[in-house]
Amino acid sequence: MKSFSFMRVSIWVYLAIFFAYLLGPLVIMSITAFNSPEFPRATPWECLTFEWFAALFQDERILNGIKNSILVGAGTVVLSVAMGLAGALMLTQIWPKLRATYYTIIIAPILIPGVVIGISTLVFWDRINRMVGLGADSFLSNGLFLTVIGQSTFIASYCMLVLVARLQRYDTALTEAALDLGATHAQAFRKVLLPFMKPAIASAAVLAFLASFENYNTTTFTFGEYPTLTIELAQKVRYGITPAISALAFIIVVLTVFAALFNEANIRRKDLVAAARKDATVEELESGKFRVPGFLSSNWAAVALVVMACATVVVVGTATVYSPAQCIANVQEQKRIETELRIQELRQRRAEEAARKAAEEAETAPKPQAAPSDNNSGFGGVFSPNTLTGEGEEESKAPEAEDNSNSGFGNVFAPSTLSGD
Amino acid sequence: MSAGVGVDLEKLWIRFGDFVAVRDANVKINGGDFFSFLGPSGCGKTTILRAVSGFLEPSDGRVLIGGNDMKGIGPNKRPTALIFQNLALFPLMKVWENITFSMEIKGASAKERRKRADELLDMIALPGQGDKLPSELSGGQRQRVAIARALCAEPDVLLLDEPLSALDLKLRQHMRTELREIQQRVGITFIYITHDQGEALTMSDNIAVMRAGVIDQIGDGKTVYNDPATAFAASFVGENNVFRGKVKQVSGDTALIATNRSGELLARISTANQGKMQPGDDAMLFIRPEAFALAPAGASGDHFVTATVTNEEFEGNVFNIFMEGDGGKELKVSLPNLGQSFESHKGQPMTLQYDVQNAVALPAGELATE
Repeated sequence: MKSFSFMRVSIWVYLAIFFAYLLGPLVIMSITAFNSPEFPRATPWECLTFEWFAALFQDERILNGIKNSILVGAGTVVLSVAMGLAGALMLTQIWPKLRATYYTIIIAPILIPGVVIGISTLVFWDRINRMVGLGADSFLSNGLFLTVIGQSTFIASYCMLVLVARLQRYDTALTEAALDLGATHAQAFRKVLLPFMKPAIASAAVLAFLASFENYNTTTFTFGEYPTLTIELAQKVRYGITPAISALAFIIVVLTVFAALFNEANIRRKDLVAAARKDATVEELESGKFRVPGFLSSNWAAVALVVMACATVVVVGTATVYSPAQCIANVQEQKRIETELRIQELRQRRAEEAARKAAEEAETAPKPQAAPSDNNSGFGGVFSPNTLTGEGEEESKAPEAEDNSNSGFGNVFAPSTLSGD
Repeated sequence: MSAGVGVDLEKLWIRFGDFVAVRDANVKINGGDFFSFLGPSGCGKTTILRAVSGFLEPSDGRVLIGGNDMKGIGPNKRPTALIFQNLALFPLMKVWENITFSMEIKGASAKERRKRADELLDMIALPGQGDKLPSELSGGQRQRVAIARALCAEPDVLLLDEPLSALDLKLRQHMRTELREIQQRVGITFIYITHDQGEALTMSDNIAVMRAGVIDQIGDGKTVYNDPATAFAASFVGENNVFRGKVKQVSGDTALIATNRSGELLARISTANQGKMQPGDDAMLFIRPEAFALAPAGASGDHFVTATVTNEEFEGNVFNIFMEGDGGKELKVSLPNLGQSFESHKGQPMTLQYDVQNAVALPAGELATE
C-alpha cells in the first residue's frame, strides 16, 4: 500500500516536472509580454501594459514577415498536400515488391538536413533558371516560389505519412462500387475517396502549414526578397529583442489553444451526440423527438472554449481603455528614487570604508607595503573582489585607486587619512 | 424464354500467374433467371463474378451480356451492378445518397434523386430511413440498402457476391425469401455467389456447382440435389452417406456396387454418367440420410444396410441417428420429426432400408471436405 502511494506521488511529481518543462517557458514568455520593461523579463513585475502588442502591430518588418509566412504557408499547404496525396495513393497502388524501396525514397527528404534542402533548392532552380534563359528577376528565382518549393520537398513527406495512415483504412471495394455504379475513375476519386480522406487532408494541411510557418533552416537560403516571420525574428534578435516578440508569441499561443479547444469541443460533442443517439429508443429516433444534447452540456472543452473567448473579449476591452502611463511614471519615479538612494548609500559606504582603511594604514604606516599584503599578483588590485562592486562606484573610484597605489609612502599623504581618529 | 438479358460464358479461363482460378467455364444464363454459383471458398466463383462485372479481364474466352462481347468494356460501362460481400456502402453518404449514387453520376437533380430514393426505400420496406447514415442501420437494413443502390442503376444483370454471409441465421433465411421476391418483381437476371447450399437451393432457378475452378454441374436445385453429376457435387450439396467400392455389374440405368465394407448394393447411375460406368471401375455410392428407412434388425427388404446405433440427436425438425456399420463404417440417418414418440435404439443393431431410386452411383472422385 505504501509503495503504491509512493508510486502515485512520484507519477504526479514526474508529471508536474514534465509539464513545467514543457509549458514553463511559454508561461514566462507570456508574462513578459505584459510587463513594461524594455527588455523581456518576467521579474521584477513593474506595470501591466499592452504597449508591446501595439508595438508589434506597428512593426512593419514583423507584419511583412507574417504576411510572407502566410503566403508561403498557403503555397506549401497546397503543394505538399497534393504531392503527399499522390505519393500516398501511389504507395497503395504500387507493385508490392517495390513498395519498401519506394517508401524509403519518398520519406528520405525528412531525414535530409533542412540546410541541405535549402542549398540544393537554390542551386537547382538557379541552374534551371539559367538553362531556360530567364533573368535574375524571373519567377523561378523568386523568393516565394523557391521557399514554397524548398519547404514542400520535405513537408510533402510528412503529409504523405499522415495520408497513408488513413488510406490504409480505405476499403477499395468502395471505389469498385462507385465504378460499378457507372462512375468514371475521376468521379469515384472525387465523390468517394476524397470525402473519405477529408479528415486526413485537413490534418495534413494543418501540419504542413505549421511546419512551413516555423521553418527556418531551409527558408534561410531561399527567401530572397520575401523574408518570412522566422527570418525576421532571427534578424531582429541579433540587434536585441523587445517584448513585442513575446506579444507575438503570446498571440500564437492563444490562437493555438483556441484551435485545440475548438477541435476538442467538436470531438466531444460528436461523441456525446452519438452516445445520446445510442441510448435513445427507436420511437424517439423515428418520431423525430430525439433531442440532441446542448453544446455546453457535460463538455468541458466547450465550456473552456467559451470561458476563454469571454476572457479574450474582456482583456481586449480592458486593453483599449487601460493606460499604464501612470503606473509607468510611478515606477520610473520609484526607480529614480531607488537609484538615488543606492548612490547615496554607496557614497556613504565608500566614505566609511575609506575612513576605516585610512585608520588601518595609519597604524601600519611604518611598513612600506601594506595594501598589497593579501595580493601577491603583479596585477595590482584589479582582481580584488571589491574592485567591481558596482556602477555607482565611479565617483569613489579615484580615491580608491589612490588607496591601492603602491607608493612608498603608504598612503600617509592621502587626504582622508587625517579625517580619521 | 423469359424477358431479360442473358449472360453467357464461353470457354472462360482466368489465370493469375501460374494459378488457374477458372478453367474452361461454359455457362449459359437465361435472361430473368436467378442463377447461383455454388462452391466452397476459393473455388473461383467470385473470380467469375468479377469477370462478369468487368473488374477482371478473362485470360481466355468470352463474357457475353445480352449477346454482346464485353471485352474491353469497363465495369462502369457494363449493364451490371454488383452487390459486394461487405456491401461497400459509402460510409459518409446518407442512405438516400447511397441509393441514388448512380443518378448523381449522371447529373440528376437532388429532387429527382430524392424521389427515386423514396420509391426504392418503399420497395425495400425501409420508408423514411433515407436520412440515416449506413452505420446507423442494422445488418439486414444495410443489406437492403445495398440492393436498392444496385437496382437504382437499373442494371440488366444484378451480381451478388455472398451478400448474406455476414447476417445471422434468422435474418439470412428471411432475406432469402425477400431476395427471391425482389428478383421476381424486377424481372432482371440475378447471378448469385454462395457457398451455402441452402441459399442456392431455395432461391435459384439454376445452380452451377464449382470445384477448384471447374464447373462440375449445372442444373436446377432438384437436379443438383437428387441427381448429382460428380462425387463432389453429391457430397457438397446437402449431406450424404458415401460408400466406396467398385462397379460389379451394370444393367440399364442401375449398377451393382461392391462396396468395401457394406456388401453389394444396388444403385441408380446418375443421369450425367449413364453409359460411362463399366464393371471394375472405382465407384462411389451416395445415399442421403433422409432416404433411409429404419427397421428392426432382421427385417428384410430389397435393399438394405445393417448397422448399430451409436448416438442419437434431436435437431428440432429431424432426429439424427448416427450408426456404425461393418468395419466401423459411419452412417447418418435423419428421420423427420412428425410429432411421433421417439424410441431410443441406442446400442441396438438396425436395418437401414432404401429405395434404389434414392441411391446414386457415381464414378469415384474428390469429395467436398466441408
